[in-house]
Amino acid sequence: MEETFNWLSQHQQMIYIVILSVFLGIEVIGRVPSVLHTPLMSGANAIHGVVIIGAIIVMGKAESENLLALVLGFLAVILGTLNVVGGFVVTDRMLEMFKKKK
Amino acid sequence: MELNILIICYLIGSVTFIIGLKMLSHPESARKGNLIAAAGMAVSIFGTIFLYEENSLKLGNYVWIFSALIIGTILGTIAAKRVKMTAMPEMVSLFNGMGGACAALISIVEFDHLSHQVQMGATADRGILLIIFAGLIIGTVSFAGSMVAWGKLNGKIKDFSFSGQHIVNLVIFGIIIALSAYLIISLDPASSTLFYVIFALSVVYGLFFVLPIGGADMPVVISLLNSFTGVAAAFGGFLYDNPVMLTGGILVGSAGTILTILMCKAMNRPLSNVLIGSFGGSSSGSSGKEQGAYKEISISDSAVVMSYAKRVMIVPGYGLAVAQAQHVCHELEKLLSDKGVEVNYAIHPVAGRMPGHMNVLLAEADVDYARLLEMEQANEEFPMTDVVLILGANDVVNPAAKTDPGSPIYGMPVLDVELAKLVIINKRSMNPGYAGIDNELFFQPKSSMLFGDAKTVLQQLVTEIKTL
Repeated sequence: MEETFNWLSQHQQMIYIVILSVFLGIEVIGRVPSVLHTPLMSGANAIHGVVIIGAIIVMGKAESENLLALVLGFLAVILGTLNVVGGFVVTDRMLEMFKKKK
Repeated sequence: MELNILIICYLIGSVTFIIGLKMLSHPESARKGNLIAAAGMAVSIFGTIFLYEENSLKLGNYVWIFSALIIGTILGTIAAKRVKMTAMPEMVSLFNGMGGACAALISIVEFDHLSHQVQMGATADRGILLIIFAGLIIGTVSFAGSMVAWGKLNGKIKDFSFSGQHIVNLVIFGIIIALSAYLIISLDPASSTLFYVIFALSVVYGLFFVLPIGGADMPVVISLLNSFTGVAAAFGGFLYDNPVMLTGGILVGSAGTILTILMCKAMNRPLSNVLIGSFGGSSSGSSGKEQGAYKEISISDSAVVMSYAKRVMIVPGYGLAVAQAQHVCHELEKLLSDKGVEVNYAIHPVAGRMPGHMNVLLAEADVDYARLLEMEQANEEFPMTDVVLILGANDVVNPAAKTDPGSPIYGMPVLDVELAKLVIINKRSMNPGYAGIDNELFFQPKSSMLFGDAKTVLQQLVTEIKTL
């Protein structure tokens, strides 16, 4: 119990960010026209590619003898990049089509 | 100083994610929103590479990092640009899986690192262990599930379920939680094998989670898996005390969940219903009725009746997408308009594979945005419409949704095409659509079937109308 309370007070700012982000996510979606459901899903998909930052840190900290960290980290960065780049490009392609004809 | 710039980079990243997501929910600002979020992402990534410091040590292995970034960028851009518009939904699933796998790999490396530290005598922090396990399990389940969803959408994987599957799924999930709890509480140093067992079980769970769900429900599942990966990313954020990973991850986790709920509302089916699997045994309940006879109409008659109509409504469906007939469809629309016919499109929210699928398809063929009517608008116009041309749509025009409480689609809002004067239905055959049920619309007095591949039929119609 003591351990839990300590952990909570140590990380209280992170906890605030989590709670506020949950409400923010709900607010931001609000009233989305159904036609935008798919591009929005695609855009959100690209945004969670931010996980690549963790992969970069893993790779960047890996010592040269640590083959596991280097190889898995390398793979992780590639996968993360695919998520980010692929995600934003696919979303852009979907949205390119929604131009109003003048 | 540099750490302060990094803090600002992460702040920029977080803010652009919030603003970008907000802008993505409005048609006029959607495209800019996407670009803004992308810019913020780039700032955060490069800020991390050059400015991140831990224990006063900057990141190394630049060659590895940049090579991986370049490989990923090239592969990702090619894949995203080359793929057909109709394959967009499965690409979203594929990239989602990549993100989940990335989160899982991070957990694997960090666990390995932690194990070594424990072996050297350090005491393991239970909080960190919990975060590592959460990232591993959620990321892996999301990866495995997304790969299955990708396979289902491109037709490579069929629906698969066995009786008692849901019990098996629950048991596997229970084992995963129990083993993880044991490892975290006991801090057993010989735990590496158990860790990989949990990893393997998570893969299996992810597969079994998505395998029984029907192709028509994939968009909802992908949206749910999308929010899972967001949560996995957030756990990565906890691990490194990284605010931009936290913000991005939780935003997507919560926004993704809301989006999933919205998609379920559009289909008027609760999420639990979607996840329990395909329509299951209930479809046998409503198709026991006598079929009745259907009428067929010829190309020339269809051409005549449409050319001399005042108002025509086209209802596009998955059949149009499969036949890649959107361009010919636009040609037909233009021909009819030149003859003074008012042509509009009735777009049902879940027509095709995904919400917005028909809009994207028709936009690709340069169809004027203003002609696309949402379901409520279209339903107001049907009573005044002379001819409805249904192109490969089925469940979205099935009146059983309104009249038959035993039908699996009962309660789903549909297009009221039977209110028009004449309904022409183009399909390849009398085979049922996604829901696997019969459509009584085909046997109603005002309906006529026009069999054939959508592209072929439309081309023949165009040729015929040109001679009139």
